[in-house]
Amino acid sequence: MSLSESLLHRDPAPGRGTIGRPPDYLHDEHTLRSWFFSIDHKRIGILYLLSITFFFVLGSIAAGLIRLSLVVPNGAIFSNDTYNKLFTIHGVVMVWFFLIPSIPTTFGNFLLPIMIGARDVAFPRLNRLSWYIFVCGALFTLFTIVVGGVDTGWTFYAPFSTTFSNTWVIPALLGVIVVGFSSILTGLNFVVTLHTMRAPGMTWFRLPIFCWTMYATSLIFLLATPVITIALLLLVLERAFGIGIFDPALGGDPVLFEHLFWFYSHPAVYIMVLPGMGVISEIVPAFAQKKLFGYRFVAYASLGLASLTFFVWGHHMFVNGQSEVASLSFSLLSFAVAVPSAVKVYNWTATIYKGSIKLDTPMLYAMGYIGLFVLGGLTGLFLATLAIDEHVHDTYFVVAHFHYIMVGGTALAFLGGLHYWWPKFTGRMYPEGWGRVSAFFIFIGFNTTFFPQFLLGYLGMPRRYHTYPPEFQLLNILSSAGSLILALGYIFPMIYLVWSLRYGKRAPANPWHARGLEWMTTSPPPKHNFETPPTVDFEPYDYRDRESRV
Amino acid sequence: MKPDQQALALWPTSASLNAAETDHLVFGFTALTLLLTVPIFIAITVFAIWFRDGRIAHRSYRENRNRLLEVSWMLIPFLLTLVFFYWGARMFDTQKHAPGDAIHISAIAKQWMWKFQHPGGQAEINDLHVPAGQPVVITMISQDVIHALFLPALRIQMETLPDRYTELWFKADRPGTYRLYCSEYCGTDHSEMGGYLTIMQPAAYQRWLERSSTPGSLVAQGRAAFSAHGCSGCHDGGGMVRAPSLAGLFGSPVPLASGGTLVADDGYIRDKILDPGRNQIAGYRQLMPSFKGAIDEGEMIALVSYVKSLGSAAPSEGATP
Repeated sequence: MSLSESLLHRDPAPGRGTIGRPPDYLHDEHTLRSWFFSIDHKRIGILYLLSITFFFVLGSIAAGLIRLSLVVPNGAIFSNDTYNKLFTIHGVVMVWFFLIPSIPTTFGNFLLPIMIGARDVAFPRLNRLSWYIFVCGALFTLFTIVVGGVDTGWTFYAPFSTTFSNTWVIPALLGVIVVGFSSILTGLNFVVTLHTMRAPGMTWFRLPIFCWTMYATSLIFLLATPVITIALLLLVLERAFGIGIFDPALGGDPVLFEHLFWFYSHPAVYIMVLPGMGVISEIVPAFAQKKLFGYRFVAYASLGLASLTFFVWGHHMFVNGQSEVASLSFSLLSFAVAVPSAVKVYNWTATIYKGSIKLDTPMLYAMGYIGLFVLGGLTGLFLATLAIDEHVHDTYFVVAHFHYIMVGGTALAFLGGLHYWWPKFTGRMYPEGWGRVSAFFIFIGFNTTFFPQFLLGYLGMPRRYHTYPPEFQLLNILSSAGSLILALGYIFPMIYLVWSLRYGKRAPANPWHARGLEWMTTSPPPKHNFETPPTVDFEPYDYRDRESRV
Repeated sequence: MKPDQQALALWPTSASLNAAETDHLVFGFTALTLLLTVPIFIAITVFAIWFRDGRIAHRSYRENRNRLLEVSWMLIPFLLTLVFFYWGARMFDTQKHAPGDAIHISAIAKQWMWKFQHPGGQAEINDLHVPAGQPVVITMISQDVIHALFLPALRIQMETLPDRYTELWFKADRPGTYRLYCSEYCGTDHSEMGGYLTIMQPAAYQRWLERSSTPGSLVAQGRAAFSAHGCSGCHDGGGMVRAPSLAGLFGSPVPLASGGTLVADDGYIRDKILDPGRNQIAGYRQLMPSFKGAIDEGEMIALVSYVKSLGSAAPSEGATP
């Protein structure tokens, strides 16, 4: 019997007080100091989880107020300036303080070292520093956009942001710039960890797909984040010192900012999407009890997406007077992104075929994810089609499209992963019935909120509109009603997950009978992840023992 | 006059061939989307039920990879979608090249209003009257931040940039009143920066032009500005200073001192007035002063129209080679 099998067939009891076993990472020390100064990747992951949940709640409240305002067409509920500040809060908080850090800093931090059989990340102190940088930068920006208010939208287009806006743009930008360094440090840490810390026997093609997507995401963190740091810094220089870079009145070029901004912000979409794909690639084989179909294609597709994403930024600029040749090239390259994306979706579907499917909560999220991500991705191709973009550019069609990707994709994957690994993080099981009910609420609520927005966009309702023509009101009311259902779907897990910390059933080491090193250690794992450093002698998603159960 | 207001709109009215073709493109693409996604949705659901844990089902001959299958479901959908890439690109190409016989209307955007000006000098705010059946080019520029002119009934929009002309063209075919919007976020009253596009029968458009007051055609206004700012002193050929003649300039290639040529389009003329030192012309010394700050965008459009009226070398203006 190999080591892995011996680990697998044992079902260790939870950590506290068991004779002869060290306490798990949660019970190792209890002081606040032991959390805030911890260099344990698991504790840092939990700190990140709490931080991004906080930002998600704030961003959602802003979204709720936006949907409230849009129930009436004449904008009677808020002033125009308040509305503009609300959607800026929503965009800045959700993009920079939730979606981009979401999966990498929480599941990535917690799981990546365990999945490769390591004790920690390569640079644990740098990891702790990245959390402090994130929290300081994000809270600083949060303070300025909530107390002072910023009305530029998360896109900060010049010269509006540099010359014309009368709001707290500079402090907001500085916070976002600071947070960028946290992304860079996380990316650096993960790349080095994956290269140098893999356990004996853990070859690249034995890595779970989640690790491949973390690798691809980290490369984007490292290569793209410096561009936005510089672009935003140039905005600060222009706004603070009148150095002409983007404002034509000062001799600058506003289209230059669009290029710099999207050169980062399009790859940033894949910072949000790739980790979600990684989570789904773990959940689907576990709940189908079957090896992931086409492992190598899925792994290469992650790297393919991470490379292609650097060559499509111009599809955000089809209607800004960009040269026709550039538009044609960016359109064609954007269509090419469909190739690696299709690989993933079809391979997940093929994984389900002839599996032994359990429709538990994480799997419900994964199936919802596949449906919504496919719709989000294909409407992305509509937007990449030049003649269609000329009409729906900057309308609610775009808003619907990217919410299908970012909420339907990233947020569903995040929730699916949170349920899947919750027993591992906390040592407790959540109530399965409530889990399924909330997944259902989220799926229905999400579609009711965002599907009408495709129609609104095609009808011609521009985004970032506080007031709108009355013929759009019914669809807007439908969308706002959907957001209430969606909100319930978010609130339930916050309650029952917290409830489970105290009252949930104790989790066994491997409640889902899943494969992978994280399921071969206790729930929650000991401080150093494994009692004995593991050696890997098995392939990823090694579910073949189930095959005999015809 | 307001567009017909329905309680619930589900599909926008189309007022041009381009709009109708965009709809066809969207219908076609939606059909392909359904063809590619419905089987996935059905398969996931059916597999999840048929192969649910504990149910006796045929699970042998399971594959974990199948290169042929994977390459085909990677490439076939991609090749199918390329049909729509090509269709959209062809339409876009048409959108980029305005016909030579188009009517030129100028648009100036500023926070938070649109000013349109017709060749006869008729100006209107947040309203745009155009004739049906005739191509119309809108040349636009912003006085402050980036805006965008969005005409959903025609399924087109174009960003309006500060300091740079952009243009869009259309041939509307269904008279009526439709909405126009600013679609690029531009500050406090962004959502109120809109109005109505009125498409009229050509005869009605003519009557509307005649009814509207005008301080004189754009060319006449430009001629007056040309004298008032002293341009004529050098460029009309009578003065002491040797300056290039502007007759026949518009649309012709201009040789540069640094080698190479530039085509004298709207943007070129505007740049030369505001920043004459840039792209120095071969054979002339740089003597002209900059008129930055002295000429606003409205006057600039008149000046450009005047220079255009001095003759154009290219057969079709607005078309970029």
